Amino acid sequence: MRNGRSKLAVLAAIPLLATACGGGGDAAGDGADGGGGGDLSAQLTGAGASFPDPLFQDWIYEYSNGVQPGVSVNYQSVGSGAGVEQFLEQTVDFGSSEEFLGEEDLAAAAEARGCEAVQFPVVFGAVVIALSNPDLDGLVLDAETLAGIYSTEITTFDDPAIAELNPDMDLPSDEIIPVHRSDSSGTTYVFSHYLTTEVESWADEYGEGKELDWADGLVGGQQNDGVAQGITQNPGGLGYVNQSFAQEADLAVAHIVNEDGTPIEPTLESTIAATGEAEIPDNFQFSIDNIGGEGYPIAGSNWIFTYTCGYDQANADAIIDFWTWALTDQGAQDLAGELGYAPLNEELTERVITELEKTNSENGGGDADADTGAEEDAEATE
Amino acid sequence: MSTEAPEAPQAPEAPRRGTLTSGKGRLADPIFKWVVAACGTIVLVILALMVIRTTTEAWPVFAKEGFFGFLIGEEWTAGGSRTEITGTYGAWPFIYGTLITSVIAIAIALPLSIMVAVYLTHLAPRRIAKPLSYTVELLAAVPSVIFGLWGLHWFLPNVMRPFFEWLEGAMGWFFLFEGPVRGVGYLPAGIVLAIMILPIMTAIIREVVAVQPLEQQMAAYALGSTRWEVITKVVLPASFSGIVAAAMLGLGRALGETIAVLMLIGGSQGWGASLFGTGSSMASHIAATFGESSPETRTGLMAIGVALFLVTMIVNILARVIVWRLGQFTGDAAV
Repeated sequence: MRNGRSKLAVLAAIPLLATACGGGGDAAGDGADGGGGGDLSAQLTGAGASFPDPLFQDWIYEYSNGVQPGVSVNYQSVGSGAGVEQFLEQTVDFGSSEEFLGEEDLAAAAEARGCEAVQFPVVFGAVVIALSNPDLDGLVLDAETLAGIYSTEITTFDDPAIAELNPDMDLPSDEIIPVHRSDSSGTTYVFSHYLTTEVESWADEYGEGKELDWADGLVGGQQNDGVAQGITQNPGGLGYVNQSFAQEADLAVAHIVNEDGTPIEPTLESTIAATGEAEIPDNFQFSIDNIGGEGYPIAGSNWIFTYTCGYDQANADAIIDFWTWALTDQGAQDLAGELGYAPLNEELTERVITELEKTNSENGGGDADADTGAEEDAEATE
Repeated sequence: MSTEAPEAPQAPEAPRRGTLTSGKGRLADPIFKWVVAACGTIVLVILALMVIRTTTEAWPVFAKEGFFGFLIGEEWTAGGSRTEITGTYGAWPFIYGTLITSVIAIAIALPLSIMVAVYLTHLAPRRIAKPLSYTVELLAAVPSVIFGLWGLHWFLPNVMRPFFEWLEGAMGWFFLFEGPVRGVGYLPAGIVLAIMILPIMTAIIREVVAVQPLEQQMAAYALGSTRWEVITKVVLPASFSGIVAAAMLGLGRALGETIAVLMLIGGSQGWGASLFGTGSSMASHIAATFGESSPETRTGLMAIGVALFLVTMIVNILARVIVWRLGQFTGDAAV
């Protein structure tokens, strides 16, 4: 039902966007080419994480149908690991992953291409704890109880540790069946990274990663859908999924106690608040840790990678234009919100665009700078 | 036109020499031989290339864990390095998962397919036998992802789960059926595998059973045998080698089946004796983690691939040994 509604909304928005952005696109194009040919023309390929795929596909559809009809973008959701590999092997124009590139990867990239790679986040997403029993919607949990549940030390919902957090809730004595992703997944990374940061015993025994050596007796599900099946088919099912997925599937979710001791419901607002709380360094190698205030504490990001050289100018222009549009256009940002992804805040967007514009900057640098300047002006006037 | 005229008289000579010994025919023979030989060799070359390639890529993991350490190690913790092996790689949970699901599948599918085949060839009225055998063959054409989806979304919650809960209640004291029932696990994966390998096994067994000489059966009837006796004492023993061949083919498919198992086995890196427990098979673990794998993890997955080769080979050899040994008893020149 939700799905249908959002699809309708998207359809309704297309003509509006087409007219609203068509003009902007033209203006940017004119500025870039100095009145050469108007619209951009390029064929881009990208590969990487599956988590932002629904959003990327919608963005691409909007962009190449309404904004820059001459640009086609082909994004393959082959997984973060494969996305990084394909980026390093230079078989795609841009890569995408739910983990930032570490120094080792950046060095490999620089060696392969002969110039630095740039990376920047484009979207955030919360990981929510979904529950099978609708009566438990709003159950309050914190990092310690989650770690206890996933290490099978807490086995029932009426365990004292959970009861203490939920004094007003009538807790069933059902056995908890914790469900995890059986495939290697960025969602698992975000969830286990949260537990590793918050709970020492978890860090010692399980640690973080896209796949873990889980405790015996847990149920694994293939992709979000498999996890949802594992949750809903067991009365005591409990599992972690992307917020966008939980929203689509209409699952009961737990509220998570954040760093300030406040139980936070996972919503778009609380995820945006979390990203505002996070400290993001200039190299964009960050995790969203120790979130307090109104922020929901379990959140991850998705990075895009490009190179600073070696593109055809037309492709480089298209890459910069596409991501600038996705990050700044109101329609594109609304699309993200509708699908349950949190957009970047204004300050971060500016920083990301500065980073994005380094794409191909070491290749005929003068031209590239001229482009990006013109585009930035256009953004400023909006 | 006129130049062809002198050649015309030569034409009758060809038939006189005979088509088999004509120049063309003599050339066709060696060409055919070489083409066929090349096709046969290609299979070997491809197999060799795969074994060599996967083994080379997996080498760092074998070097660190030791070959047998890798096979019997129970811990699988994937590392994320680009250049070295930092994780711990023990494939036993996946080997166990592959074996146990395949054993469940064969244990269910073998008797079932024999019975279906016997029914189709000996008992069913003709107007039922025809459509029924088409239906069984149609089942073979269903893609495995459909089996997985159907199993996960319908068959598991509506049929298997109530049955499992009953089984756990009645037999929970027995270590194979120890609770809790979690939905996905070894048993549901094995049951859906059984349904998947049923068509191919039924098709082969049906052919084998159908060609058993009618004279022997008539003779048995003439001696006063009942239909049950004819089928169990004449038809099935004579079909033994064909039945084993069918079982091996089914087992091969069960060992390698990926996507349906992936959706139903409740993938994790652990393992346990209870059939309600969750784990992973070798193929399903490769499929589940390959997309997001780091270069190091991929080395580990390649090593699982090598182990899968090995397990399949051992199972096949065992099956042949069994046939050979039993063949001596039944006096059947088996396989």
